[in-house]
Amino acid sequence: MGVRTWIEGWPVYRQLTGSDPLGRGAAAQSGRSKALDARTVTADRVARSVCPYCAVGCGQRVFVKDERIVQIEGDPDSPISRGRLCPKGSASKQLVTGDERATKVRYRRPYATEWEDLDLDTAMDMIVDRVLDARRRGWEEKDSEGRFLRRTRGVASLGGATLDNEENYLIKKLFTAMGAIQVENQARI
Amino acid sequence: MAECHPVGFQWVMEAKARGAKVIHIDPRFTRTSALADTYVPIRSGSDIVLLGAVINRVLSQGREFAEYVRAYTNASWIVSEDYADTEDLDGLFSGFDSETRTYDTTSWQYEGHEGGGDEEEETDRTRESEEGQQLGSAGAALEHHEVRRDETLEHPRCVWQILKRHFARYTPEMVQEMCGIPRDLFEEVAEAWISNSGRERTTALVYSVGWTQRGTGVQYIRTGAILQLLLGNMGRPGGGIMALRGHASIQGSTDIPTLYNLLPGYLPMPHAHKHPDLATYIDTIKGEGQKGFWGNADAYAVSLLKAYYGDAATAENDYCFDHLPRIDGDHGTYAQVMDMIEGGKIFGYFLLGQNPAVGSANGRAQRIGLANLDWLVVRDLMMIESATFWKDAPEVETGEIVPEECRTEVFFLPAASHTEKEGTFTQTQRLLQWREKAVDPRDDCRSELWFFYHLGRRMRERLAGSDDPRDRALLDLTWDYPVHGPTQEPDAETVLKEINGYDLTSGELLPGFTGMRADGTTSGGCWIYAGVFADGVNQAARRKPGREQGLHAPEWGWAWPMNRRILYNRASADPEGKPWSERKALVWWDEEQGRWVGDDVPDFQVTKPPSYRPEPGSSGADALAGDDPFIMQADGKAWLFAPKGVLDGPLPAHYEPGESPFRNSLYGQQQNPARQMYTHHLNEMHPSPPEPGSEVFPYVWTTSRLTEHHTAGAMSRYLPYLAELQPALFMEVSPELAAERGLRHMEWAHVITARAVVEARVMVTDRLAPLRIQDRVVHQIWLPFHWGPGGLTSGDVVNDLPHLTLDPNVHIQEFKAGTCDLRPGRRPRGRDMLALVDEYRRKGHVSMATGTVAVTDEYLHPAGKDREEQAQGGRTGIGTGAAPEDVDEFTSVEHHWERGTAQDQKTPVGGDEGER
Amino acid sequence: MVSANSLYGPVDPAVDAGYDAPPSRKGFFTDTSVCIGCKACEVACKEWNLVPEDGIDLLGTSYDNTGGLGADSWRAVHFVEQSRPIGNKGAPFAELPTGPSGTGYAAAVAAAGIDALEEASRLGTGVPGGQPVAEAAAGGGCGCSGGGGGCGSKSSAAASAAAGAGAGTKLLGMPGMHAPGALPDREGRSDVRWLMASNVCKHCTHAACLDVCPTGSLFRTEFGTVVVQEDICNGCGYCVSACPYGVIDRRESDGRAWKCTLCYDRLKADETPACAKACPTESIQFGDLDELRERAERRRQQLHDVGVTEARLYGHDPHDGVGGDGAFFLLLDEPEVYGLPPDPVVTTRDLPDMYRTMAVAAGAMVLGVLASAVGRR
Repeated sequence: MGVRTWIEGWPVYRQLTGSDPLGRGAAAQSGRSKALDARTVTADRVARSVCPYCAVGCGQRVFVKDERIVQIEGDPDSPISRGRLCPKGSASKQLVTGDERATKVRYRRPYATEWEDLDLDTAMDMIVDRVLDARRRGWEEKDSEGRFLRRTRGVASLGGATLDNEENYLIKKLFTAMGAIQVENQARI
Repeated sequence: MAECHPVGFQWVMEAKARGAKVIHIDPRFTRTSALADTYVPIRSGSDIVLLGAVINRVLSQGREFAEYVRAYTNASWIVSEDYADTEDLDGLFSGFDSETRTYDTTSWQYEGHEGGGDEEEETDRTRESEEGQQLGSAGAALEHHEVRRDETLEHPRCVWQILKRHFARYTPEMVQEMCGIPRDLFEEVAEAWISNSGRERTTALVYSVGWTQRGTGVQYIRTGAILQLLLGNMGRPGGGIMALRGHASIQGSTDIPTLYNLLPGYLPMPHAHKHPDLATYIDTIKGEGQKGFWGNADAYAVSLLKAYYGDAATAENDYCFDHLPRIDGDHGTYAQVMDMIEGGKIFGYFLLGQNPAVGSANGRAQRIGLANLDWLVVRDLMMIESATFWKDAPEVETGEIVPEECRTEVFFLPAASHTEKEGTFTQTQRLLQWREKAVDPRDDCRSELWFFYHLGRRMRERLAGSDDPRDRALLDLTWDYPVHGPTQEPDAETVLKEINGYDLTSGELLPGFTGMRADGTTSGGCWIYAGVFADGVNQAARRKPGREQGLHAPEWGWAWPMNRRILYNRASADPEGKPWSERKALVWWDEEQGRWVGDDVPDFQVTKPPSYRPEPGSSGADALAGDDPFIMQADGKAWLFAPKGVLDGPLPAHYEPGESPFRNSLYGQQQNPARQMYTHHLNEMHPSPPEPGSEVFPYVWTTSRLTEHHTAGAMSRYLPYLAELQPALFMEVSPELAAERGLRHMEWAHVITARAVVEARVMVTDRLAPLRIQDRVVHQIWLPFHWGPGGLTSGDVVNDLPHLTLDPNVHIQEFKAGTCDLRPGRRPRGRDMLALVDEYRRKGHVSMATGTVAVTDEYLHPAGKDREEQAQGGRTGIGTGAAPEDVDEFTSVEHHWERGTAQDQKTPVGGDEGER
Repeated sequence: MVSANSLYGPVDPAVDAGYDAPPSRKGFFTDTSVCIGCKACEVACKEWNLVPEDGIDLLGTSYDNTGGLGADSWRAVHFVEQSRPIGNKGAPFAELPTGPSGTGYAAAVAAAGIDALEEASRLGTGVPGGQPVAEAAAGGGCGCSGGGGGCGSKSSAAASAAAGAGAGTKLLGMPGMHAPGALPDREGRSDVRWLMASNVCKHCTHAACLDVCPTGSLFRTEFGTVVVQEDICNGCGYCVSACPYGVIDRRESDGRAWKCTLCYDRLKADETPACAKACPTESIQFGDLDELRERAERRRQQLHDVGVTEARLYGHDPHDGVGGDGAFFLLLDEPEVYGLPPDPVVTTRDLPDMYRTMAVAAGAMVLGVLASAVGRR
């Protein structure tokens, strides 16, 4: 930075030489203010998404910078929402990036009073063991009159209204194939 | 709507700005009321009286849209002479059996078709497996053939005359007496609704869970449907009935159901008694000679089985139909919870983005059920109460759950958020919208797609080579989804393509459901979603800006079926195919082009002219006449009178909620006789007149959401920006009630029911007003239900207050009205709280039999049966196989721990089979 | 007399602050007649501007738990419950039994052997637990719920508003603040209306906060808005007492002053400020101030035409005490009801005069000293 530039950057110099003698506008603008840019502009990419709260289905734009979500706001292209969001939709970034978000598997042993850590792969294996075992223990081949049931009531599930169609499809498909009928979601509630 | 669907409410505001009148009906003055033109206060649980009185006004004054009603509804059809109405039976319809608490619907059929009804035993089964909800909107099988009609609408047994008689007692006076709505206000609502409907104008009706979460919820919506049909508001722009659903893809999770009684596309889950093989299964859906698009049920079912079981599904093996497990009763979420409490039936439980410890009815029963499992897998974004119940449930304070003695093994697996996975949500208007993935999920967070794909993969690897027949279905499953990335995430688009379906001979994606075949040459995971990948394009991912499109924005996302935005829009044109009015034109018949054209995709066979009449003996879609707009209905017409598909009456009737301070003024029958109940000491109900003791619980409570929070709170109470906006549980009371009970603004008070005590801060507000019902004043208390022990703002679980009484059609609980007492101050803690509950139960003479009477007249004139015996007859809960103590406890009012059992038990709640 | 660099009167603030050919002045028009009180504006503002959470306290001022504008709340939705009808609407509770209580129910409950108060005290629950956050506020609240609308003590409301987001401002129009028993006669209350309004920094044409800022942290942008530059502010707090609306405030954690920037960074990118973009019902409208003023007048007229004669504009007039607001409002009641001062005046309005007077006085003093020195000589 040359001396001249340095002097010209000095607010008092700008105030005395420019058109803002009271130093309330252009002359007072800081370097940060001058360089300020919207995160929506500097983002690396934008994902077109849909709000995860109620069923109105408002369009969202998810702005990503350095593989982190830096902003979520309404998608003005959406004929449903026209770019608008309610307080919950507006809080979507905090929902997905907030401190309260759980990101680690936790395990509570029977009769334990505290959580333990558990790695995901082990957890998956343990769950497979338990599902197969519960399926076997709850198996009902026929009813009392000999009618074919071929099902298990040892396993039940609740949830789906906040999930994707593709996910619900796999859940129902897998549970049905393992004979588990007790699959339910918020639509019943 | 402004409260719970604020962004959707922009369209109401826009309509208002263009001159629409907005009327809001709600027990409390909300943010919606503040913006409405007219606010109508109402006693929670009395909506059928209000709607019925508007219907009565239409019928008695001849204000219906006559041409529409004659052409498109079953008004002229003649009903069996065996049918008896609530008018004849003081609140019951013909066919009720008080032992099984179910209706034999034989007498509700059209004349000459009595055989099409359900025998009593069969209806019992129907209720338990909930077939009323299956087959889409209401397409229950019905042989239409030749039903006798009276086009003059004068035959005493035609639907029109039955309707007139049935609703005659729903008068403005009755509205005043039961709803608490003054005459003038009723006049305003009725006139606005009626005068804004007809050829030139339409009125839209919007409802939400204030109607569905009722013991008579289906009939609330039926009443709305009857009124909208009489006024010609269905299938037309600006009309309709809008169900505002509360979760991002709750519509999708019903279409592609994670529900026990359904397969994708509203195909019924096979029933052990009724569906021994594929042919029988399909026949019961198609019916004989039935009209409409359920006629192709064979193509839908076979395509689904091909999608599930691939090459293993062949014509020889019924396309693996026997790989499908069978249902034979009520396996719904509340039945499951009662089974968990009983123990020994359900060992493991998955919770997928759902928090029943806070969000489901009778929270105590929910949590005690969780504490009685072998293992529990919770998948969520936050560490919710349903995962931590073993250490922070209110029952830990009461000693009913002791962490060191609670055996439930809990796996908490963090879920991926909506920004960390791709896939489709189906929003409340059946519109599928594809989401792009923004970033990879962190740490152990994974999508459900990942979890279930890999769970299935591992199970299949574990079972590989098994020759156990019960493993066949798992091993035959098509489960080879491509995966990508470091976490091996399955490809969601591949799944969506499977849902759309393929022509297996060419490998092409299907263009729509009419391309499905029953010969095994097509596959498709959900027939109503066929076409979402038409032309190999992900139609749900289309995002042509709305401002560059017309009103219906057909190139934004994709709506099932076939991208139709207004269902049954054939009804927007008259029988000749011309719009009813230019103002309300939507689709119409273009004679020159020989097809239906317009602003929306016609919800009709596009080249079938209005004049088309089917050949005698034809069935399915071919049997639809050119003026049969309701193409999923078995007769192509809208049903004012529902001979099938509804289990608690072919017409709606007002019954008081399961708990009410008032006697039913309309009929001797107090409550919905067919309501479903669970008889259990955790689920005792209050007395309602004519049973004595109702004065102990003098107030009406109701609940709903706040704008600032979401359902059970996992997605809001854990967020600082939302928690600070509504930072604590509160209850709203009128100044009058505050004075009556000595409550002070912002101080504490507690609400007491026979299930629980809930404390909250008091908000004294003019937005609630007492109502005068039957010349008595009643106060209503309102609470939001978002709170629980966890999160940044915690509070009591309001859903501990309700009892489990369910609508018999859909097994949804009565959440929206109950009775209670209200007292100032904080609630007692721990066992003192249970003592308070017991004290109230004693004072109200509450037992497990209380409030369970089916037929009020039998209660009043017992003929040798006491209340307990009557109640026994209707037990639909865990009555069978229950431990002997359960029977002893039938009239007990004590919490079982008071008998000194809790201390001695290793597992204070539940425990092993038979032990509680 | 308005001249260049005037501290009052109608000027184009950006030109006045030395920008050559600035873009047209930007602002907000907040039409409270369509506000649904959803608070999307508050959250959208916080998400975009990374404003911290502002305390999780139930205030009891209807649905306002933000408690007015502050360093950590740059948008704040005000809720006012009133026993009066709104313009063209009917009385929601007409003919309902909304009088003093004492119904048959209380007697029935007593007959059943339950006395709520007695029971409560016996169980040790009669003592209210915890100190209600708003109790003190409620005690000091004004008795404005007894019909007629508005609040009797305008001066105190204005004073507390001017003193910042004090508790007093939250209580205006709020019913039910009375201790039970002290309830005024409410026989036949039939009306209720619920006013909601999203408050924000006014971005005054003559901004006292800016005028008094000794560091040049507060500055006028090219869009005519007033922005605190966080890299300059030293937390002196002069601006806080200068603001006639009680908007600007210091953040406890860092001592610096914070307030609405009208999303300066978004404006530079030609984007709508976060609050206006989120607003579901277009209660918050963003745009060129001149155009907004015309739009607002049309809306006011439209409401008058349909009988909502209480509709009025606030802060739209370039001739008012602050030279007009960059963020102005359509209100349905007196400004005080919303916690807004009825006649705000830029607190530096007389500063030049004062300086001139001071200069004259100083000069006179110098002359006097000189004269006395001369005279003594």
